[in-house]
Amino acid sequence: MANVNLRDVRKIYNQTQVIHGVNVDIDDGEFVVLVGPSGCGKSTLLRMIAGLEEISDGQVHIGSTIVNDMSPKDRDIAMVFQSYALYPHMTVAQNMGFSLQMRGNAKAEIRIEVEKAAKILDLEALLERYPRQLSGGQRQRVAMGRAIVRNPQVFLFDEPLSNLDAKLRVIMRGEIKALHQRLGSTMVYVTHDQIEAMTMADKIVVMRDGFVEQVGSPLALYDRPANLFVAGFIGSPGMNFLSGRYAAGAVWIGDVRFPVSDLPVSASEGRRVIYGIRPENLAISDDDGLPLVVDVIEPTGAETHVVGHISGQRVIGVFRERFATRPGDVLRVKFDPWKVHLFDQQSEQRIN
Amino acid sequence: MSAIESHRTMSAPMQSTSKLGTRLKGVALHTAVFLLCLVWFTPVLSLFVTTFRSESDSSRTGWWHAFIEWRPVLSNYVEAMYLTGVGRSVVNSIVLTVPTVLGTVLFSAIGAFTLARMRFRGRIALFLAMVGFQVLPPQLVLVPMLKFFLALGLTGTFIPVWIIEMGLTVPFGIFLLYGFFASIPSDLVEAARIDGASEPRIFLQIILPLSGAVLASLAILQFMIAWNHLLIPLIFLGSGSLSPLTVQVASLAQTNAGGLNTLTAATFISVIVPLVLIVTLQKYFVRGVLGGAVKG
Amino acid sequence: MTSQILQLVLGLLAMPAIVLAIILPGELAIRRFPQKRQSSLRPWIWLSPVLALVGLVIAYPLAASIVFSFRDATASKWVGFSNFVWAFGSAMRPVLFNNVLWIVVFPLLTAVLALSAAIMLDRVKYERIARTFLILPTAMSFVAGAVIWKMMYTYEPPMQPQTGTLNAIWTAITGRMPIAWLIDRSVNNYALIVVAVWMSIGVATLILSAGVKNMPRELVEAARIDGAGEWAIFRFVTLPSLWPTILVVLTTQAIFSLKVFDIVYVMTNGSFGTDVIANRMYTELFVKQNLGTASAIAVLLLILASPVIFMNIKQIKSGGGE
Repeated sequence: MANVNLRDVRKIYNQTQVIHGVNVDIDDGEFVVLVGPSGCGKSTLLRMIAGLEEISDGQVHIGSTIVNDMSPKDRDIAMVFQSYALYPHMTVAQNMGFSLQMRGNAKAEIRIEVEKAAKILDLEALLERYPRQLSGGQRQRVAMGRAIVRNPQVFLFDEPLSNLDAKLRVIMRGEIKALHQRLGSTMVYVTHDQIEAMTMADKIVVMRDGFVEQVGSPLALYDRPANLFVAGFIGSPGMNFLSGRYAAGAVWIGDVRFPVSDLPVSASEGRRVIYGIRPENLAISDDDGLPLVVDVIEPTGAETHVVGHISGQRVIGVFRERFATRPGDVLRVKFDPWKVHLFDQQSEQRIN
Repeated sequence: MSAIESHRTMSAPMQSTSKLGTRLKGVALHTAVFLLCLVWFTPVLSLFVTTFRSESDSSRTGWWHAFIEWRPVLSNYVEAMYLTGVGRSVVNSIVLTVPTVLGTVLFSAIGAFTLARMRFRGRIALFLAMVGFQVLPPQLVLVPMLKFFLALGLTGTFIPVWIIEMGLTVPFGIFLLYGFFASIPSDLVEAARIDGASEPRIFLQIILPLSGAVLASLAILQFMIAWNHLLIPLIFLGSGSLSPLTVQVASLAQTNAGGLNTLTAATFISVIVPLVLIVTLQKYFVRGVLGGAVKG
Repeated sequence: MTSQILQLVLGLLAMPAIVLAIILPGELAIRRFPQKRQSSLRPWIWLSPVLALVGLVIAYPLAASIVFSFRDATASKWVGFSNFVWAFGSAMRPVLFNNVLWIVVFPLLTAVLALSAAIMLDRVKYERIARTFLILPTAMSFVAGAVIWKMMYTYEPPMQPQTGTLNAIWTAITGRMPIAWLIDRSVNNYALIVVAVWMSIGVATLILSAGVKNMPRELVEAARIDGAGEWAIFRFVTLPSLWPTILVVLTTQAIFSLKVFDIVYVMTNGSFGTDVIANRMYTELFVKQNLGTASAIAVLLLILASPVIFMNIKQIKSGGGE
């Protein structure tokens, strides 16, 4: 087990920089999720930790050693691939034992380790099968088993669940988390799915275009996104953004006053701002709320999603209660003024 | 398209081609295929039948008379094997072909693995050179190779033939295997690398076991090429005691020694191994031919 | 005989031994270098046996042939272009003309027959068996094919019973004189080409069959719904979508026509006006012992083949190195 530290890590492909000086500290035993849209560099970063991509500049530490020039096999890491990368011509047991075989461990010893891992993952009955005889979820588990057998300092996961169907994904999410609690190892997990990130991580690293946008615990990211990108990326349905003007301790969109309790540290009168509010922070008010003109109603059973507009800007609300309404109706809604996120329109950074 | 319109256009061809017309077309098709197969098989059949006919029968009547009066003799085979040196040539053909096939597969696999799975300067240029070399006329290599091996004193052994046959096919072999090796997911190789496998181990324990079918394809193609080649063994082994079947049969054909029926028996002996291979291992042969065709 | 067996064992052991003897010490040697240096050195270690082989058998002869083609019969002095002047002179002209005939007739005949076969076989259930008949000749040596067809073409004087299959059919059907297929100058080149077609159709059909099977079914069905008949479907749908594959077959066979040797060597040895470049080269080299002219012919072959070489390279290149 070990900590992982990235120090000003850069990746340059033929003169184009794809990773721009990333600094991340991953503590021993922490579950860290790298999340971002495709092409943000999260997989490249993970592969640099693994040693599958060269590090153009900066340093990667695992434990107390700088591993930049070490080959993958010497870094004491294990990786679970999106495609699982199981060796098709080997049985489950051979797949799981391959790394120990490479290390030159004795056959009996390998057998014990493989069986131990198989027990953890409930794979004992499948040990003599070939990958092609397994279902997607079983293959996924074998891929994890192969990682466990190595007993590595750091586990790396590269979108391990994206080839599974939605239901299985939720189950495996729980299994990986349980595995982390059981083993207590450092785990670095890459995904493009913010729900996976929110539910699994101790710490989330949000990336975009090769930059780290924000690092923090899931709830910190949800409650205080540092910028417009993170605010929009975390949460589903996404945060509502309304562009307006800051004046007299509130935001004005057209002639309508939008309340803000958590006032900006510094904001000049008339500054152009983005007013952000999560759909779930809207509430139906009986009389004095803002007028939400309904366009679409989506009842999900547990909640009611309402898509509409206020002052000509699109707003989505998520309400606990069920109610009858039709497109064209006007609902009166209130925003919780303590849960408003204000961003500068120019810099897109949080200002309150 | 409205429902009525689509109904009309759909039914139009059905009305124009009556049931009888369709059946006639079917008969014509099967007849054409049958005739094609018949025409293609007749020469093989004529050879096979002639090998069992006596010299006197063959000089008087065509081979098809064997179906009228069937008087098979085995003397042609006996004569071919023992009197004309075909028996020795069978051994020579094996000595020529088997190491050639092994070496070709080995060298092609290493070359294709390096070109397909390692990144280095000059990789593309080398691969394109291999594509170009496939088409080179083998006649080009004769003079320089003959001088080279004469200088080394290796003519009259199988070594020059092995080397030249390998050298002529390896560019094709690399091309054939390259496509397959490049299609092996890189995740698999990277997983092995993380698991601690070195490059030779990745090659031996991951790539090769996955490539059985394509290696077999290359092997069967090279077997047929080397087994059937005439020019190169003719030049480097001569038509003496080291001559393989092709050279032996060609010299029998040109000198007319032993007569026509012995020649047919010798010829049949020379084709039986590749014929059995192409029928039994057709799957691999087809795969090799298709994998090697430069796609448009 | 023992010497042959000894050589067989030697060959079987030597092939892997050579490869291991280069790669293993090489791998051990580069272990000492850092990761990055290793991965830049490794390809050259692995490639070295292959490069040595291809360099010796292809690259060096390529260069040497070009040099020899400008030197005299024993490669002892420079003679300028005189070998090439000879190669295009009156002695070689009929030979070159024969190759032109081969290049035009052989690929076309093969492609047309193979395409018909591929389309017909696609529609019958016993395709695999029918295909086996077509590829049988492919497995044989050209020598064997030549022996077989020499029998097929056997000529007996008129009024004698014809023992050759073709003449027997010919005289029975037309009632005319038998034809000396391999001697009669108006037919003998075509007779040789037919042998080559017989032996090449299997591979051509396999390639075209794959093309036919790769054709999207919807395309043909859409055309049929649009009211196209069988011929229109062939002309406007099948042929255009198969064109790249047909081109592959045509160029492969054209290259083969350039290099054709075995069939001519065994069946006529170039007599009766059937000589071709490759057979003439063999004659120059071993009968006339002239290195210069033989090399000039080899270089000529290379020049004639080069358009196809560059076409293939271009195609592969545009395919993204695949």
